[in-house]
Amino acid sequence: MIETIATLLASVLLVLGSLLCLIGAVGFFRFPDFYTRVHASSVTDTLGAGMILVALMLLSDSTIGTFKLVLILLFLLITGPTAVHALVKSAVTMGVLPGIETEEIVVRSDGNSSSKPS
Amino acid sequence: MIVIGTLITILVVMIIALARAFIGPTLPDRILAVNLIGTKTVLLIAIAAHLYGSSEYLDIALVYALINFISIIGALQYFEQNARNRGKS
Amino acid sequence: MLLVTACALIHLRDLVALVMLAGIFSLVAAGLFIVMDAADVAFTEAAVGAGVSTLLMLKALTLTGAKQASAVSRPYQALFTIVLLGGLLIYGTHDLAPYGSPDGPSQQHVAPHYLENSIKETGVPNVVTAILATYRGFDTLGELFVIFTAGLGVMALLDGSGKRLGRTQALMSEHVVLRVVAKMLLPLILIYAFYVQFHGEYGPGGGFQAGVIFAAGLILYVILFGPGAGRKVLSDKTTRTLAAIGVLLFSGVGLVSMFSGAPFLDYSVLAEDAVTGQLAGILLVELGVGITVAAVVFRIFLEFDDREPLQKEGEP
Repeated sequence: MIETIATLLASVLLVLGSLLCLIGAVGFFRFPDFYTRVHASSVTDTLGAGMILVALMLLSDSTIGTFKLVLILLFLLITGPTAVHALVKSAVTMGVLPGIETEEIVVRSDGNSSSKPS
Repeated sequence: MIVIGTLITILVVMIIALARAFIGPTLPDRILAVNLIGTKTVLLIAIAAHLYGSSEYLDIALVYALINFISIIGALQYFEQNARNRGKS
Repeated sequence: MLLVTACALIHLRDLVALVMLAGIFSLVAAGLFIVMDAADVAFTEAAVGAGVSTLLMLKALTLTGAKQASAVSRPYQALFTIVLLGGLLIYGTHDLAPYGSPDGPSQQHVAPHYLENSIKETGVPNVVTAILATYRGFDTLGELFVIFTAGLGVMALLDGSGKRLGRTQALMSEHVVLRVVAKMLLPLILIYAFYVQFHGEYGPGGGFQAGVIFAAGLILYVILFGPGAGRKVLSDKTTRTLAAIGVLLFSGVGLVSMFSGAPFLDYSVLAEDAVTGQLAGILLVELGVGITVAAVVFRIFLEFDDREPLQKEGEP
C-alpha cells in the first residue's frame, strides 16, 4: 500500500519536474535579454531538479542510495543559485547591461554585445 | 515508462541549452548555458543510476555537481580578469 | 558526437572556446563510460577531464594569451607520415577480434583470472582498485611518477621566469555570497575527498579521484580568497614535500616487500597472512597516490596564478 502511494507520488513529481525543466529551457531560449533569461532558467532549473531528485529518492530501494540522493539535492540547492548569482555579478563587470535586445546588436570591441535602442 | 520520459525531456533541455550556447550573443549567456547543461548532466547520471539499479553511480553525480560548480567559478574568474585587463589598457 | 567535437577542436583557433570544448569532450566520454558500465573510469574522466583540466588550462591561458598562433610552415612530410602510419594501424585493426566479443584474447587470459580470484586473493570487492593497486601495481607506480614529474616540471620551469605580481588579495573579493557559501562547502568537499579515497575499495573511487577532489576544493578556496590565503593553508615547501612523500610511500611499500624476501610490490608479505598483507598494501599505496595527486594539482594551480603574463595579448 505504501509502495503504491510512493510510486504514484514519484511519478507525479517526475512529470512535474521534467515539465518545469522544459518550460525553463524554452524560456531560456526565447527571452529577449540576458537578465530575463537568467530568471527563466535558474529558478525553474533548481526546482525541477529538486523534484526529480525527490522522486528518485521515493523510487530508490537502498538506504545508502537515498542518502546519497539527499546529499546531491542539498548540494544542488546550495550551489545552483549561488553560481548563477556569481555569474550575474560577473556579467556586470564584463559589461553586459540590461536592456531588451533589438534587431541591431552592436558588437563592441571586447567581443560582447550591447543593444542599440531602436 | 515515466522515467524514460523524464530522460528524454532532460536530453531535449540539454539540446535547447546547447542551441542557446551557440547563438547567445553575449558571453555570460554561453556560461549560463554550460551551467544548465552541467546541472542536467547530474540529473542524467542520477536517473542512469536508478535505471542500472546500483547506487554506485550516485558518487559520480555528486562529483560532477561539484566539478560543475568549481569550473563555472574558475571560468568566471578568468573572464573577469580578462575584462578588467581590457578595461585598464 | 565525440567525432564532431574532435573536429571542432582541431578547427578552432580561439583557445578559450577550445578549452570549454575539451571539457565537453571529456563529459561526453564520461557519459560513454557510464553507458558501458565502467564506474571508476567515468568517475576519473568526469573529475579530471571535465573539471581540473579546464581549470588548469584556463589558468595557463592567462599566462599565454588566448589566440593560437598561425602556423609558420606547411608540414607536408609530417602529414604524409601520419597518413601512412594511420592507414597501417587501421589496416592492422582488421585482425583484432570484433568489439566486445567474448572470444577475444583480451577476455581469455588474465581477465577471467582477475574477475574470479580478486576477492579471494586481495579481499577487496572493487576489482578495478585491486587490478590498479596489486595486479598492475607497477603501472600505477609509473603513472604516479609521471604526475610527480609534471609537478616538478612546472615548478622548475616557472620558478625563474616571470615576476610574481605580489597580489595577495583575490580577484573575486567582491563576491560576498560566494565566499560565504564556499566557506560552508569547503569542509564537506574535503571530507568527501577522504570518503572517496578510503571507500575506493568497495565502490568507485581510489587515490587519483580523491586527490583531484581534494585539490579542487582547495582551488575553490584559492580562487575566492586569493593565493596568499592558499599559501597559508599549504605553503610552497609543504606541497613540494607532500608530493614527494606520496611517491616515497608507494615505492617504500614496494621496497619493504623486497626486503622481506618477495618481489618488488608484492604485498602478501606485509602482514601475517597474505590477504591482510594485500589489504594493507593497497590502502597504503592508494593513500600515496592521493597525497601526491592532490599536492601536485594544487601546486600547479598556484604556480600559474598571480603571475605577469609571459606573452602579451595579441602577439604570436
